[in-house]
Amino acid sequence: MEPLYVTAYAAVSALGRGTPATLDALRQSRSGLRPCDFEHVDLETHVGRVQGLEAEGVAIARYDCRNNRLAQLALQQDGFEEAVARAREQYRPQRIGVFIGTSTSGIQETERAYRNRDPKTGALPDTFSFRDTSNLASVADYVRRYLNLLGPLMSISTACSSSAKVFAVARRFMHAGLCDAAVVGGVDSLCLSTLYGFNSLELLSRQPCRPADRQRDGISIGEAGGFALLEQPRAAPRGQATVALLGYGESSDAHHMSSPHPEGIGARLAMERALRCAGLEPAAIDYINLHGTATASNDLIEDRALCAVFGTGVPCSSTKGWTGHALGAAGIIEALISWLSIQHDLVPGTLTTRELDPAINSNIVLQNRQQTVRRVLSNSFGFGGSNCSLVFGRVG
Amino acid sequence: MLTLYVAGIGILGPGFDGWETSRAFFAGECVYKGGDTAEPRSTLLSPTKRRRMSYTTRLAVHVAQQALEQSGLPGDDLATVFASSDGDTAILHQLCSALALPEKTVSPTAFHNSVHNAPAGYWSIATGSHASSNSLSCYDATFVTGLLDAACQATVEHRPVLLNVYDMKMPQPLHDARPIDVSFAVALMLLPQASSNSLARLDIELRPSDKAPGSTLEQPAMENLRYANPAARALPLLAALARTHASEVVLAYVNGNYVHVQVTP
Repeated sequence: MEPLYVTAYAAVSALGRGTPATLDALRQSRSGLRPCDFEHVDLETHVGRVQGLEAEGVAIARYDCRNNRLAQLALQQDGFEEAVARAREQYRPQRIGVFIGTSTSGIQETERAYRNRDPKTGALPDTFSFRDTSNLASVADYVRRYLNLLGPLMSISTACSSSAKVFAVARRFMHAGLCDAAVVGGVDSLCLSTLYGFNSLELLSRQPCRPADRQRDGISIGEAGGFALLEQPRAAPRGQATVALLGYGESSDAHHMSSPHPEGIGARLAMERALRCAGLEPAAIDYINLHGTATASNDLIEDRALCAVFGTGVPCSSTKGWTGHALGAAGIIEALISWLSIQHDLVPGTLTTRELDPAINSNIVLQNRQQTVRRVLSNSFGFGGSNCSLVFGRVG
Repeated sequence: MLTLYVAGIGILGPGFDGWETSRAFFAGECVYKGGDTAEPRSTLLSPTKRRRMSYTTRLAVHVAQQALEQSGLPGDDLATVFASSDGDTAILHQLCSALALPEKTVSPTAFHNSVHNAPAGYWSIATGSHASSNSLSCYDATFVTGLLDAACQATVEHRPVLLNVYDMKMPQPLHDARPIDVSFAVALMLLPQASSNSLARLDIELRPSDKAPGSTLEQPAMENLRYANPAARALPLLAALARTHASEVVLAYVNGNYVHVQVTP
């Protein structure tokens, strides 16, 4: 494919508000994971919580929920709104699409409404607005309203690959001529459903998650919101983009709802298809940002698939020990980390990992490393066997 | 303009089960009076797997199988789009009810079936397909959004795409907050090129409009159904597909945009 320029981006995660805070945390090896103190959760686990979200608001009252607050907070970082305002002028609001990944949108509002049902009738509170908070489309709708955009719109919900797939979908909409530019992103916020849900599957770590570690015992859930503005190279303002989307690869495991294919077929196909889409050989990739959830099966299977495509040389790491697993926002946060890696020639380490699992053969980088990074592949694999790999590269 | 060819249609809803028997209602050859939505019963999965599947998964897989079989295409490398405004709300109800109790005991099966892409996951298992699949929502514009996404996949990636759009009847108390009165699902097998088995050609255009609110249906019971379920916003397109002459369908999208579909048999 022809590259698509990333002309602006912004994010909020447990690492902080905005790109500089994210980069600083990466450089200082400062994890965002803390013992879980969210709502009245009584689970022994760590979470990547965005501090101060409770004090934030939203511009349109009826959309108020934790997830849309996180979306707005992320949109306000890194000059993103200003970049979109420029694009709005350049392309017209009707020609800019909005494609947002989320796994649970504002489900916390439905959880709350169920705790406050009328004891006699069982009815949910009158104040509960399902459409504007809990429905999956709420977050995309809120983002497009906040940014005053009128183009194609959708929420993508393929579990943990959601905000990686937004890049593929946006690229197809642009290529088909349905829009000239796109705001892509992902937003997922802490909620009881995912914390107790992953707990029921015995996939929650009791410690800060340790990807690829011999003693890994599951994931740490995080929350995050991130966005990027995608434009065609011929239309983007000169000098605006430092990174570009070079390729994407999507696949399905066709194996099981909550465990990956034992030979990693889906993961391998996603990586191979992303390379083919970018027209690149495996040797062209300088760093791989792993899905690396720190579950026993994911890390082993991702390693198997990765070694089949790349061999054991290419440096790779999981940044889940920094941010936690942001689920539907993992793709966009790890895309952003990939862009920081390219811009600053920084291979982030696998922060919380101490002793590598000897069964894992790929070149897992434990400590931050300075080296030339021109092209990065980022993996996102989700429940239901939904996989997406993205290739990003330096512009110029 | 995006050009596609329809090679298979699946439908399950009140009084509808399969294109062959439903076509006459759309063509106006008989009066549509509604009825119940039959129990979805796809034969693609083993009874064990079927028992583990949620209602929306069975609903989506039922129509997907109908469209696949009509098209005669193999399913083992077929790209798919699964579009649903609200996903499995019976599971949402189950999870949120459990989380409102002090013990907060969540069923692991309910949790993994709660992901929006559960139907896509089970479909890929049933067909053994490793092809790409998207799962999306766009509230009342979910059908049109799915159609555009499938159209983009088919034309940009040059491959057939199976589009499945479904929503289940909302359980109480959620129904008060989001009234979806009946379960309804539709599937379209969409090809980037004409083939011997294509039923009609679709020329799709997205444009802003301040005019009419889109195509309506002649039969009152069908027009009511169009509003009763977001997936049933597909009905005017199905009516055009049942005709023997070319016609244009206008479907409301979002932000004052409309999707114009020229349907040529």
